[in-house]
Amino acid sequence: MQYEAPATIDAAVGLLSKAQGLARVLAGGTDLLVQLKSGTLEPDLVIDIKRIPEMTKLVAENGGFRIGAAVPCAVLGENAAVRKLWPGVVEAANLIGSTQIQGRATVVGNLCNASPAADSVPAMMAANAIATVAGPNGKREVPVGDIATAPGKTSLAKGEIVTSVFLPSRPAHSGDAYLRFIPRTEMDIAVVGVGVSLTLGDDGVCKAARVALGAVAARALLAEDAAKAIVGTKLDEKALAKLAEAASAACRPIDDKRGTKEFRIKVAGVLARRAAEKALERARGK
Amino acid sequence: MAGTHVKTTINGDSVEYVCEADETLLDVLRNRLALTGAKEGCGTGDCGACSVTVDGRLVCSCLVLGVEAEGRNVATIEGLAQGEHLHPLQRKFLEHAALQCGICTPGFLVAAKALLEKNPDPSEHEIRFWLAGNLCRCTGYDKIVRAVQDAAAEMRGGRHAA
Ligand SMILES: Cc1cc2nc3c(=O)[nH]c(=O)nc-3n(C[C@H](O)[C@H](O)[C@H](O)COP(=O)(O)OP(=O)(O)OC[C@H]3O[C@@H](n4cnc5c(N)ncnc54)[C@H](O)[C@@H]3O)c2cc1C
Ligand code: FES
Ligand code: FES
Repeated sequence: MQYEAPATIDAAVGLLSKAQGLARVLAGGTDLLVQLKSGTLEPDLVIDIKRIPEMTKLVAENGGFRIGAAVPCAVLGENAAVRKLWPGVVEAANLIGSTQIQGRATVVGNLCNASPAADSVPAMMAANAIATVAGPNGKREVPVGDIATAPGKTSLAKGEIVTSVFLPSRPAHSGDAYLRFIPRTEMDIAVVGVGVSLTLGDDGVCKAARVALGAVAARALLAEDAAKAIVGTKLDEKALAKLAEAASAACRPIDDKRGTKEFRIKVAGVLARRAAEKALERARGK
Repeated sequence: MAGTHVKTTINGDSVEYVCEADETLLDVLRNRLALTGAKEGCGTGDCGACSVTVDGRLVCSCLVLGVEAEGRNVATIEGLAQGEHLHPLQRKFLEHAALQCGICTPGFLVAAKALLEKNPDPSEHEIRFWLAGNLCRCTGYDKIVRAVQDAAAEMRGGRHAA
């Protein structure tokens, strides 16, 4: 295995494009090193992106925030401004592993590892976050929900790297939240994860909403019908019940040791409702 | 493969070593530098026995490559005591009997030190949450939490007096 730590995005893309055998990007390594050590992955080349200055930055941009691909989740959690604008995304990112894991793990690594249970992904999808991808043919912007295609698989072409994720600005009276179900209180993989983001009008009526579900299909999904169920309402009992029903209906889960299909479908509805209530509280500024 | 030459700082000292690209920082510390304080409990980021800080950030050294340490500042358990002088956390762990077999102890101490640097007066909840990535099969954690609280109190007191 060869290790490279290029100083620019161009150099990283060049190395990746020219790589003969299996090449992998190394961000925090909290997935990659586990895969290396278990022998499930034997790359010929590992490209560490942590020496690329623009990838290590978390910066305000156009009323939103650009999270460099090498920014660890702990840094996100320490940033009060990001916490204030996108509390749901930050709470999802901060659920990843322990303090030690937080010091290394990145949301882009979480995204590119393409686990259907990745915690930050539904929250970023609900936030309508956009990934910037650099490759041999230049840059392109991709909604985060289009990066993972199936467990362990992404839509990235050879030579492509995600350089950052952009969390957009948002109107007043907006809130978001992420909740997951795990059998323990912390340090576990989501059985179901739900991200909800919503915006209220001055009259308290929901003007826009996005709901995303994790661990209930081969990749995180956007539950559009669940979002529609609350838009145009004040999230009254009836609207919340409809949201829960639509979230459950969107699931296409598998049975595994963490939970049965039936359980996941039911829990997705319950969590969607609770996440919406939490997002609502935040939108109301409580 | 010839290996990669790495220059880094460990516990304040300049250190150079040659390691393979796929060797972890934990293996480098233990096998090449004879710094055997960090332990390998799991090798997969779950137990925290291998905790060190890199540029001040608490990490699992089993999930860091040795080559990544180039130009960084690494702190291990070996840097905690000043000569014969134990760090307050080490003294309090002894006083409170916060260890039995001791395998988890270096990791807990490094992690607790990182906590107290960030937050000199953590609540019990904050201590338990921060240390959730450090597993102990022996103590039941209570004594560890008490030791950290007591050390924190002493260190705060010390600062006021100084
Ligand atoms: C103890 C432990 C607990 C964990 N708990 C959780 C949890 O609760 N929830 C959760 O979701 N995950 C969890 N994880 C998994 C992991 O920590 C996360 O998925 C993390 O976000 C991965 O980020 P990373 O920067 O470490 O990725 P890396 O390991 O560096 O990379 C992951 C994958 O993405 C690719 N990649 C990384 N960056 C890029 C990029 N910029 N462009 C293209 N490809 C890229 C890599 O090549 C690799 O295939 C846990 C892991 C451990 C070891
Ligand atoms: S040995 Fe590193 S976390 Fe267990
Ligand atoms: S003292 Fe034995 S594992 Fe903690």
